[in-house]
Amino acid sequence: MTDAQTRATAWHEIVLATLKSNDVKLVVYVPDRVFTPLIKAIHADPFFIAFAATREEEALGIVTGAWMGGMRGAVLMQTSGFGTIPNALASLVAPCQIPALIFVSERGTLGEFNLGQAMVCRTMRPVLDSLAVENHTITHHDELGFIIDRSIKQAVATQAPVTFILSPLLTGGKVFEG
Amino acid sequence: MTAKQTGAVGAHNAKVMNRFDLTKKLVGQLKRDEAVVAGIGNANFDLWATGNRPQNFYMLGSMGLAIPIALGVAIAQPQRHVVALEGDGSLLMQLGCLATVAMRAPKNLTIALWDNGIYQITGAQPTASASAADLVAISRGAGIANSAWAADEDDFDHLVASALKGGGPSLIAARIDHKPAVATTDRDPVQIRERFMRGLGVRR
Repeated sequence: MTDAQTRATAWHEIVLATLKSNDVKLVVYVPDRVFTPLIKAIHADPFFIAFAATREEEALGIVTGAWMGGMRGAVLMQTSGFGTIPNALASLVAPCQIPALIFVSERGTLGEFNLGQAMVCRTMRPVLDSLAVENHTITHHDELGFIIDRSIKQAVATQAPVTFILSPLLTGGKVFEG
Repeated sequence: MTAKQTGAVGAHNAKVMNRFDLTKKLVGQLKRDEAVVAGIGNANFDLWATGNRPQNFYMLGSMGLAIPIALGVAIAQPQRHVVALEGDGSLLMQLGCLATVAMRAPKNLTIALWDNGIYQITGAQPTASASAADLVAISRGAGIANSAWAADEDDFDHLVASALKGGGPSLIAARIDHKPAVATTDRDPVQIRERFMRGLGVRR
């Protein structure tokens, strides 16, 4: 059993509640199987404006515009999608000091079956670290709400993006079904 | 029929106009503190040259993201009209954003597209729109029904006036010449972003 399966409150319920309590209204995503329950719940909640972008860097552009217009936004993606955003991070989000909230469903580790996901996974943290973008890998249900809540507040206060990497230890991940 | 004949340049009779001239005309129609988000390079530079409105955002990097940024502003501030200025090369890099705009269908978003058929700032290499791609047809196909080539300057004025009424997302494309931009922007992203946020009433 993963940590997620042993808890009464699912990980995605905690993420949703924490976004809401921090007034993060806009959620733009490129779909991911593991994030599906979170995306469904966000769509079902009229508090949120939620939709899919065609590409992860497009989603970052949209939340950047929304922030400048006075609305907080989060971007959801899977690990391979992270590979499309270093330019948007390096040339828009970081230099403009945008508190973009980036949630990555971690693929490429702990039972990955797709080598492409594994390769992008290896580049993800070094890219974030080299850009000095705060990033947290979340493995424990008990720490999820605290990390996200405090980090959103820090992102806004310090005008800096933050990345939450949600480990398969938290979400259960995606397993090979073939 | 060859690709050249079916492409944007061959398929319509739009007059070749000047980007700075059209940018001035567009900005001249903005009377309600409309936001303007301009893409990297010459779209930015010619907007800068029209004067520093606090509601202007100059995107210094992230080629292709001017329209997504404008969409974000339009979502956050539905009462304010938002105009994105983008070049053909930049739009070709991020065509999917047209489908996203159409899907969201913001009433307060207008896209002005400057199509000169070249990657002007990098040495005038031809873009796909010079010979093959019709960006207005692509925009319509993406779902932005209100997409049109401006036939000439008067038509451009008319299309802008109509778009600013806010009936739905629109794309106005103009064929433009190869003249360089008339100025270049400052290069301070934080200052540009902060001034824009003040211009939008988000910051004091």
